[in-house]
Amino acid sequence: MSITLDEAVALITLEADLLDHGQFHEWLGLYTPGGRYVIPTDPDAEDFENVLNYAYDDAEMRAKRVERLLGGRSISAAPPAQTVRLLSRYRMLADDGDTCTLRCAQYLKELRQHRERDYAANITYRLVRTPDGLKIDLKVIRLLIATEALTAVSYIL
Amino acid sequence: MSDQPDPRRFLETDRADGSIYNDPALFDLEMDRIFMHNWIWVAHRSEIPEPGDFITTFVGPHPVIVSRDRKGAVHVMLNRCRHRAATVCEQHKGNTASFVCPYHGWAYGLDGALRGVPHQNGYGQDLDKASLPLVNLRVEEYQGLIFATFDHAIPDLDSWLGAAKPWIDLFMKQGAGWPVKTMGEHKFTFPGNWKIQLENTTDAYHFPIVHKSFLDSVDQETQDILNFVGGTGFVEDLGHGHSVMVMIPELVDLDENLDAPIPERFLELADQLAETYPPEKVRQIIRAVGGSGFNLNLFPNLACSMAFFRVLRPLGVAQTEIRHIAIGMDGGPDIANQARLRLHEHFQGPMGFGTPDDAEAWDRVHRGALAGRDIPILLNRGLAHEEKRADGNLYSDVSAETGMRAAYRQWLVAMTGEPAEETVA
Repeated sequence: MSITLDEAVALITLEADLLDHGQFHEWLGLYTPGGRYVIPTDPDAEDFENVLNYAYDDAEMRAKRVERLLGGRSISAAPPAQTVRLLSRYRMLADDGDTCTLRCAQYLKELRQHRERDYAANITYRLVRTPDGLKIDLKVIRLLIATEALTAVSYIL
Repeated sequence: MSDQPDPRRFLETDRADGSIYNDPALFDLEMDRIFMHNWIWVAHRSEIPEPGDFITTFVGPHPVIVSRDRKGAVHVMLNRCRHRAATVCEQHKGNTASFVCPYHGWAYGLDGALRGVPHQNGYGQDLDKASLPLVNLRVEEYQGLIFATFDHAIPDLDSWLGAAKPWIDLFMKQGAGWPVKTMGEHKFTFPGNWKIQLENTTDAYHFPIVHKSFLDSVDQETQDILNFVGGTGFVEDLGHGHSVMVMIPELVDLDENLDAPIPERFLELADQLAETYPPEKVRQIIRAVGGSGFNLNLFPNLACSMAFFRVLRPLGVAQTEIRHIAIGMDGGPDIANQARLRLHEHFQGPMGFGTPDDAEAWDRVHRGALAGRDIPILLNRGLAHEEKRADGNLYSDVSAETGMRAAYRQWLVAMTGEPAEETVA
């Protein structure tokens, strides 16, 4: 049974909503145990392990990132920036029944310290069907500005 | 020029006026006197290894191309066509035989020589191509670090780096016997003055306060190693505004202490390396992966900071760009370089567990310094027990502000053109 676009969009919309509303522990549960959350510095990179990324998080690093945002001990995340993100332009690139690859656009606004900033990105998801439902096995956020100067991002894109 | 500020007004030995961060006229003067009359770091050798390789970057506000010509010589040239000033290259990096201006097609060689001018007969005899190369800066290199300057009168790079050179040699031991190479960078801006960043690289005092959440995210052994404030480290003034802050004395010379136990977090990596390398080499690689135990601050824009290059670029009086360039072993084991990349990602850059908190602190310094008038920024930590070594270098404890005082002493020399002896109380 193939993964439908509706199913896939429901999952990543849930992810976006959890992240915008600070429900980070619930967010952790959306990933497979071996899943990766990646923000490359090079928009053309595919071999993420051998290049520098902004983030290359396995389950342990994702959990630490959440702890950092909720722990109150990081001055740039006490409190974390407020964010509003919109996902759109969904396209199913591949689907072999248990695994699919979905690409979409994300536009995100952040507010912190009286300053609004924004980031646009192409996001590619690899989603897999598991006994616990559809999960994220890979999320690659290719920031439009990846090769330029960013500003501090003390939240989860 | 009567409204030019007097730099002396902003600085005393143990303090600076808050406006040193936000006076626009002072910033303009800095861009001239500091960034056009000192050696400015522009690239690492590994970024342009082959003939024809180039990168584009900046010397202060000036866009430049750093290229390697057919004979292997490095050139740093203003990115500005000699005809009507258009930039001749907008790529971050690449390999080319020439730089061709997109406006009227003037073509320059890798050394900047003007090679071709379309429809040159329109100039008659009025165009001497030999006199119109891309403007070349003076270029010198030490240990793969490439510096450039507009000023052809200042002393050579060797004497400028002076007492910092042995520390650069030590820093490059992170190649574990292989040459050091760059492995990508994190680039970000913060809304504040560049000197706030310059100070931070020689500020051990902030580490346990600002980086609590980073320390929470590492194992106990690493936390203990990073618990250096109050330890036996030191900060030393190396002259010319350079300073070194030794946080972890055991990690100054990475080729020493090879018998020391391998930290727990590297045991798995050591086991994997042992399949290919003899025990001594494994230990050398592991120590290199962990990085150096010191920050070397080179005035005004480069730091060899524990395990990476920190490069700053002033964008405006209240806007600064920082690059954290990852480094690794050129030809070394992939798994060791991967480990270095993951360590870099963990702390550095706009999404690391360390840098965003640093940036928050710098941001707040800049905004806070706008409050009130005539309120000093204190630079006196560690002064009470600061001493002189036999060679005359000032030093104090690891959390002393000795490195900041060193940088500001050179700042005043550069800004006034007067030697340090006459400007320091």
